[in-house]
Amino acid sequence: MVVSSRRFRPGRLFIYLALAVGSIVMAFPFVWMLLSSFKSLREIFRFNFWPQVWTLANYQEVILNTQFPRWFMNSMVVAGISTVSVLFFCSLVGYTLTKLRFPGKEFIFLLILSTLMIPTEMLVIPWYVMATEYGWVNTFWGIAFPGLIPAFGVFLMRQFFQSLPRDLFDAGRVDGVSEFGLYWRVGLPLVGPGLAALGIFNFVGNWNAFLWPLIVAKSPSMRTIPVGVALFSGEAGTAWNLIMASAALAVIPVLIVFFIFQRQIIEGVVLTGVKG
Amino acid sequence: MSSPPVKPRRRLSLSSREAIWAYIFLLVPLAFFLFFRLWPALQSFRLSFFSWHVDPEMRNFVGLQYYREMWAEFVAKGPIYRALRNMLYYFVLVVFGQVSIGLISALLLNSVERFRSIFRAIFFAPYVTPAAAVAWVWGWMYSVNFGIFNRLLSDWSDWVTNIGLPWLAIDPQPFLTSPSQALIAVSVVVIWQQVGFQVVIFLAGLQGIPRQFHEAAAIDGANGWQRFWKVTFPLLNPVLVFSLVISTIATLQIFDQVVNINFTDQGGPLGSTLTIALYMYQQAFEKFRIGYAAAVTVLLFAIIMIVTLIQLKLTQREVEY
Repeated sequence: MVVSSRRFRPGRLFIYLALAVGSIVMAFPFVWMLLSSFKSLREIFRFNFWPQVWTLANYQEVILNTQFPRWFMNSMVVAGISTVSVLFFCSLVGYTLTKLRFPGKEFIFLLILSTLMIPTEMLVIPWYVMATEYGWVNTFWGIAFPGLIPAFGVFLMRQFFQSLPRDLFDAGRVDGVSEFGLYWRVGLPLVGPGLAALGIFNFVGNWNAFLWPLIVAKSPSMRTIPVGVALFSGEAGTAWNLIMASAALAVIPVLIVFFIFQRQIIEGVVLTGVKG
Repeated sequence: MSSPPVKPRRRLSLSSREAIWAYIFLLVPLAFFLFFRLWPALQSFRLSFFSWHVDPEMRNFVGLQYYREMWAEFVAKGPIYRALRNMLYYFVLVVFGQVSIGLISALLLNSVERFRSIFRAIFFAPYVTPAAAVAWVWGWMYSVNFGIFNRLLSDWSDWVTNIGLPWLAIDPQPFLTSPSQALIAVSVVVIWQQVGFQVVIFLAGLQGIPRQFHEAAAIDGANGWQRFWKVTFPLLNPVLVFSLVISTIATLQIFDQVVNINFTDQGGPLGSTLTIALYMYQQAFEKFRIGYAAAVTVLLFAIIMIVTLIQLKLTQREVEY
């Protein structure tokens, strides 16, 4: 690689050019959404790139005249609950499946793994029947319960725990650490990077979830951000300035989270791909 | 530690103690997988054989009726036919587009050192954003009269006409309003949103290829093109299979984009962008044909099973390295 990189300097310029063009294509929808969200309705139809008059009126309208703050909170609560549960249970199962000896281990792992094949579409109807029966429609629990322990997370944490030596836990056992303590105080601190990747990935996934929240969050006040934005936009007609402001409010928080935790998120993807 | 170092009498052997703790730890997760994954999946099978009623007692066994209806609808080229046909089109466009663009971008990224992580982040960013919100942005960009794409086309046409090359002018396009263009337009959005995932996977795969292999090939006189096809490509095969499977399964489940990009005519025009997932949703939650919708999801499950089995076959062969 070193040899070829010296020889093809002009080619390198071309590569950077291609990557720059690609980046512009990738970023343009976000840029256009953002710039348009600061324009008045009149200006929206004039197609200037930069807003002539920057206005916050669209955001004001979306935030004050819809239940947007409420949707934001709903999304935070649902994503928060599920992330705590995912981190705890996925790591606990990952630990148990790799560091404890018991009959039926392989079978249980295969059982959990096999659920990866079931598409969400196949589950939403029975979930909805269940939710109506038990009164979970329009509740946080109702929105969150399907995502509390994803098989993918179990798989990921199992990979992380597999790399830890068993001796470590046997030594702890000899020292009189309780079985839960072995997981909680010995195991967990050693899989920090895995927990970070899983937690962020799961938070973002829950934040973006659309199909199930659309089904189970019937009342406007229980909507999550994607559902709220979609249904609001559906009523806004051609008020594209408002639609862009609401889309921006849904997109910007995840983009900020992404750019802060970029490394962990991409790490998580790599782990699913390379190890999976 | 507060517990006494020696217990007076141990009732259980160490190994059975360990096993009991294992089952205690697995109790809640296993209950979860049984009640919220396996049981509902079986329930979908069951529901597809029964007429729907809120009260379980009132559901009547109808056998294969919904499957027969599905077949009749397929033969009559109804919505289920369109959804399956579109699935094939989406599969070809999205999977091919994603994997090829993703691979090319990763190769480009892998050959530069500076700004690599910035480019990678920009390519990946759309993947983390809510598809439902992003589809609205694209829907507007595609808008026939108010969209930026047609605006750019008309600016371009004016410009080439002014400089005396009118044959380069391009007419405004119907995009989402045309049954022949809508599916392509939606596919572009899906590719745009998911290609970053492929880039990251491929880039990791490329970086996993030992540098010596390339150097050895270079010493043997292989040019860049030969090195790609003879060294990089075969070694990238497991990653390629993974990325094909992931993008295929994601493509079979397209929903958010189709629902939001054309909100007033979801799956339209004329069912040209309809997907299995959207069709299931409409049948179950708009028309309340629960049994029929359950049968549709069983079909989707069967298709995903087949894809997974093909994956298993392929990876078993590729793992030989």
